[in-house]
This record gives sequence, C-alpha cells and structure tokens, in this order.
Amino acid sequence: MKGFSKQKSLVLSLCLLLLVLTACGSSNTSSEPGDQQNQGNSAPVAENKSLILATTTSTENSGLLDYILPVFKEETGIDTKVVAVGTGKALQMGMDGEADVLLVHAKADEEKFVQEGHGIERFDVMYNDFILVGPKDDPAGIKTNAPQDIIKAFELIEEKQENFVSRGDDSGTHKMELNLWAEGNMEPQGDWYLSAGKGMGDVIMMADELNGYTLADRATYLSIKDKVDLVIVTEGEGRLFNQYGVIAVNPEKNDQINQAAAQVFVDWILSAETQQLISKFGMEEYKQSLFIPNAQ
Amino acid sequence: MSEIWMGLKGALTLLTSLNREVYDIILLSLYVSLTSTLIAALGAIPSGIWLGLKDFPGKKIIIRILYTFMSLPPVVVGLVVFLFISRKGPLGFLEINFTPTAMILAQICILFPIITGIVFNGTKERGEQVKLLGKTLGANRWQVLILLIHELRVNIFTAIITGYGRAVSEVGAVMIVGGNIKGHTRVMTTTIAMLQSMGQYDLAIAIGIVLLLLAFIINSILYHFQQGDS
Repeated sequence: MKGFSKQKSLVLSLCLLLLVLTACGSSNTSSEPGDQQNQGNSAPVAENKSLILATTTSTENSGLLDYILPVFKEETGIDTKVVAVGTGKALQMGMDGEADVLLVHAKADEEKFVQEGHGIERFDVMYNDFILVGPKDDPAGIKTNAPQDIIKAFELIEEKQENFVSRGDDSGTHKMELNLWAEGNMEPQGDWYLSAGKGMGDVIMMADELNGYTLADRATYLSIKDKVDLVIVTEGEGRLFNQYGVIAVNPEKNDQINQAAAQVFVDWILSAETQQLISKFGMEEYKQSLFIPNAQ
Repeated sequence: MSEIWMGLKGALTLLTSLNREVYDIILLSLYVSLTSTLIAALGAIPSGIWLGLKDFPGKKIIIRILYTFMSLPPVVVGLVVFLFISRKGPLGFLEINFTPTAMILAQICILFPIITGIVFNGTKERGEQVKLLGKTLGANRWQVLILLIHELRVNIFTAIITGYGRAVSEVGAVMIVGGNIKGHTRVMTTTIAMLQSMGQYDLAIAIGIVLLLLAFIINSILYHFQQGDS
C-alpha cells in the first residue's frame, strides 16, 4: 500500500508541475513585431470583447493575420479568435451564426450570402493573385508554352497527364480552379488528378512531394517557397485575380453574435492606416506586397 | 440537433444507395486497418509473450518505454513516418508517400506497442504457470509457445481488437501520410475531418454513424468471445 501512495503523490506532483508550466506558458506575452511588451498597463478587457473571425487558410498560412491582428488588439482591445477554413466553410459558419465576421474570397458567393440576409454588407478589402506552380523541370512544358495563359497550361497538364493536386475542399481557390477547367471545356479525371480536400499549405507540400502542379495563391506559395522545389510556371493574367471581401454576419441569427466588435473590425480593416499596413506585409521578406489593398 | 437527425437519415441513404465512392472509402478503411492490425499482430504477439517470460537487465526501462509508446499520439507517428518516406527522406526511393502502403506502415508503428503491451500484461500474469505446465508435460519450445498462445487466447484477442479499434478510428497519421486523396487514400476518418472543414455536417455525421456501426459490430464480436470464455 505504501508504494501506492508514493505513486499517487508522484502523479499529483506531476499534475502540479504541468499546471505550473501551463500557467507560465500562458502568461508569456508573444513577442510579435509591433507587439510592445507593456505588461500591467493594458486596460482590463471587457467580457464580451472577443471576436470570431472566419477566414480562408491563405490569410492565416501566409502570416498576414499574425502581422495585422496584434495592431487591431492594441488599438481596440478586442481579442480576435481566428478560424481558418476554406471559403465555403467560412460562409457556412456565417450562415450558422458561428462567426461574427468573415474575410473570404469568392465574390459571387459572398454577394449571394448578403442577398440572402446572412450578412450585413460586403466590402472589398484587398486582392492578390493566383499562380500555377509546378516542378522545376516542368514536365508539361508550361513555362515555355503557356507562361501567361492559364487555360492553355491546364490543357497541357491534362494532355500530358501530369500530376495535378486540387484543393478539393470547396475553398475559394478550389472554386477558382474548377471555373478554369470549365472555361477550357475540360473535365479533369483520372489518376493524375488528385483531389486532396486539404488547406493551401498542405496542398503545395503534396504537389512538391508528388512532382505535380497546383493552383495556389501567391501569398501562401511565397511563405513556404523555401521548403519546396516548386517554381511558378504561369502567372500574371486577368483570370487569376483574387479579390478578398469582408462581411459582418447578420446579428439577428442568434444573441451570441458580437455585432459591435464585428463592425469595429470592418471599419478598422477598411481604414487608410490598416490598408497601408496590409500593403507593407511581405515587403521585408519577399520584396513585394503579398496583398494589394483596394478598399473603396 | 437537426444536423444529427439529418445525419442519421443521411447514413441510411448512404448505405442503401450503393454509392461507389462511399463504399470505396469504407472498403479502403477496412483494408488499411485490417492489414496493419494483422502485420502488427504477427510481430507484436511473440514480442509480448517473450517480454512476459524473459528476465534481462534493463527490462524495467524497456517496459516503461513500451507503456509510453502505447499512448503515442498518432499525429506524431504520422509526422515521423512522413519524414522518413518523403522524397527527401531516407526511404524516399520507395516512392510510397500518399499511398495506402504508407498508411499501413504508419498504423503498424502505432499498433505494435499497443498489442505488445496488452499481450505482455497477460503473459506476465499467467505465462510462467503455463510454461511450467508445458515443461512438465515434456513439451519442446515450439509446443510451449503454441500452448501459451492457446491459453492466452482471450488476452491476445483483446489485444488484436483493441489494436484494430485504434487503427480504424485513427485520423492523424493517415491524414498526414495518406493525404486524403479522393479515390486513392481517402478513408472514413479523413473524409469526416474533410467534410467538417467544408461545413458539410450531415454527410460527415452520416459517415461517422457508419464508422460507429462498424465499431459496434466489432465490439459485439469481442464481447461474445469474452463471454464464451468465462
């Protein structure tokens, strides 16, 4: 029996140790750039000052949100909980009243969302562009034959049956890709067309592993460019334009929707200062803006 | 609540519709988890029995490590296996990344310690007795082993079923090394995770119910066997 109590005390002390460790961990303030470590001077944040933002995997994977949200918190005291999913799911969360505000990229669907009364109003925030990336040796020969023609590039991939990894997750990028196949009157089918049902970062990694091509947003690609052997094979044409919009969810859905904070967020992301901040994102690391702000 | 109700209806429609894609997903789930359970069991059962009977220096440490490995997070196993079989990894030449083979490999790594641990526990308790009995009856080594397996059959069966239950319900590792590719490496658990991320809750619940049904059937079998023994 003595051994048992010894064990018990060991387990207990382990639990205590864990508790202490987690407490230490959570009290550490993150040292993001632009996040001043001023402990003790932050005003007590009100109970309902947290905001749920449903957005696309690209805004999170690229690091944009980590770059701008600390500034939002500092200016308004509002804590933003980011749920990064595909555009389809983000809109679904809005419909279900599980998010307060959306930052997504599928204009037609967004307008429908507002028309059906799920959201208050849609605003343009910024845009970036899609690119086709593929293996360095470019087995489909796209870089030479279709450097600025995405439909032709898709035709080449289908013709040569080179691996193509699709997001397959009902995201904005996936919708864009399906539209492009449709525009070229093609129905991608066969062992070369791999539908992954995963986020942008995962899919780029998979394309790299499988020596295949994939349609990606420039921001996410640039953020993991160093980890993969993929290069840009097609870019810079009108069809690949990618507009992001912000929508505050209709507060009549349920009484838990934080409309006040959502409105603050919308006003803040459309403000001149934030738009300026967005245009600076990526300059240091990639010598180019990853998102070009275009709020009216 | 309505989603769950819709899911129930959806599950029935799914199972009765004979939709090829759905059945492919279910069959692949069964194929991957059964194969990995079988291969892991073939190695783990003798290992567990051996560990239960033999004494050697450092055994305590080995057992502690084994118990730790019994609760390895599948995601970690998936990550390690992925790094080994990725193109840049030491096993990259096999080109098995994002194939069912890779999924089986990862699941073997998860199941091996679990089955070994459970068999070891059973052997520890009754192995010595059985061994002595066999020896007094004049059995040789192989006959002793067969006798052991026969005597410990309920424990071994429990180990296999537990392992299988873990395999069929596991999502972290198969998602990483399989990649959830439609028609190639998509199994029930990765489908559920994907559908949830797409906001298609009814279909996700439906496949979840199919998964639960399978688990129920397997547990019923286990219960039946255990009852039969006592």
